[in-house]
Amino acid sequence: MRLDWEIAKRGWRRYAAYPWATVAGAFTNTVFGFLQAYILLAVYRHRANVGGFDQADAVTYVWLAQSMIMTVYIFSWWELAWRIRDGSIATDLARPLDPQRYWLAFDLGRAPYHFLFRGLPPFVIGALVFQLHWPSPLDALAFVVSLTLAVVVSFGFRFLYNSAAFWLLDFRGIVTLSTTVVIFFSGMAIPIRYFPHALRELCYALPFAAVIQTPVDVWLGKRSGLDLAGVLALQVVWALALLGLGKLALGRATRKLVIQGG
Amino acid sequence: MVDGILVWRRLVGAQIRSQLQYRMSFALDMTGTFWISFIDFFVVLTIFHNVPRLGSWTVHEVAFLYALSAITFAVTDLLIGHLDQFPQKIRDGNFDIVLVRPRGTLLQIVASDFATRRVARVLQGVIVLVYALSGLHIHWTPAREAVLLASLPSAAVIFSSIWVVGACIAFWTTDGGEFTNAFTYGGTTMAQYPFDIYSAWLRRFLGYFVPLAFVCYFPALYVLGKPDLLGVPHFFDFLSPAVALVAACIAGSIWRFAVRHYRSAGG
Repeated sequence: MRLDWEIAKRGWRRYAAYPWATVAGAFTNTVFGFLQAYILLAVYRHRANVGGFDQADAVTYVWLAQSMIMTVYIFSWWELAWRIRDGSIATDLARPLDPQRYWLAFDLGRAPYHFLFRGLPPFVIGALVFQLHWPSPLDALAFVVSLTLAVVVSFGFRFLYNSAAFWLLDFRGIVTLSTTVVIFFSGMAIPIRYFPHALRELCYALPFAAVIQTPVDVWLGKRSGLDLAGVLALQVVWALALLGLGKLALGRATRKLVIQGG
Repeated sequence: MVDGILVWRRLVGAQIRSQLQYRMSFALDMTGTFWISFIDFFVVLTIFHNVPRLGSWTVHEVAFLYALSAITFAVTDLLIGHLDQFPQKIRDGNFDIVLVRPRGTLLQIVASDFATRRVARVLQGVIVLVYALSGLHIHWTPAREAVLLASLPSAAVIFSSIWVVGACIAFWTTDGGEFTNAFTYGGTTMAQYPFDIYSAWLRRFLGYFVPLAFVCYFPALYVLGKPDLLGVPHFFDFLSPAVALVAACIAGSIWRFAVRHYRSAGG
């Protein structure tokens, strides 16, 4: 546990080392937040409710999603894949520490940094300009739990597609396709609730909703009582399942691993 | 100028040949790029699944805007999108090599990489354009054809100018590169929708100061025969080429200013 904490601290520091990158990124998220907010507001000129979201829900979704984009690290993550490709993974495997546990601890140190410095500033600006939906204390607490689980689910999936590099010499295509799938099915591009019925049900049945749409629904109070407990439990299930698959992939790969130079 | 184009063709030709050596990975890469570029358009379709019009615009009209923005942006991205990696060249000192060679600095940077997979994005834009035109009944006149044809290179020049100005940030801070994304990737997103849905300050800042409204909104108004609901004078529909020219001059001046004041870190 002590070791995990030390690794997590390094995860935080790695990203805290580039303050200008953080400022620039937060600025970009803010610009995208404004664009998306006005696009969705135009939808509400014609209707008061879309898929259970009213105008305030939709705008809150926009700013939450922009704030979570880096916290859950939705865009391509390559670090493990590069270590596999250049052979450094051999050193990692020689250490008395499971690489998956190492990268999970590292990611759980990174996430709070991105939440505070990449997530909060755009959200505060959005809250100053638009009328947002604010959660009840219970929903706010459940949101923190749900967001943490979202980071683990997202990590589980990222670890899995990175381990494809054990089998593929060139993994760029797989990483791009995986990222596409997450962005679309998580509700990052547009709320899942806006989709036609069948697609919407499919999205809620897949693990990717747990990355963006579930925490957003929780913040907006769309889930309560048993329903709330249910979606949080489902996030736990997806987190464990993806971590399990990742572990399996790593185990399989290391049995046949041949390092090609490096 | 002619010499510059020849150099560019040589360097880029070599890049393309080398990328085609790895067929499988190239195919996967193209497929990934193709689908990721479709997400934005699925968003448009999802919106129109819920409402018949966005402001006064139908799905085919928005698709027309989308396609113009997507195609011109994709072509720009194909030609100079790797300016995104320019901060790296400053950081590791490789820009110094460019300075001692007897060719224009910007030309060398632009010709240093060519991501052939981005052709997939141009293709995606063309597919959306076909969809848009299939649902629109544009009354083509020579004037409309001229405005549309002139708008394509103008849009690419405006996007390129934004990219070059953005790359210049790297001369002062090497880890602020993502600022540029707000105006390049953010720019193409903004230009995919009708400008009358945005608030006034956003239109002024990103529509006129960063001249994104001239990328495809004004030319599209003319081609589609739609009035600007915000009362912008009619002649704005024809200004895109002039705006592109001014933008290119400004971007060129900023680049030259930045290069003159560049101090190597001694990489």
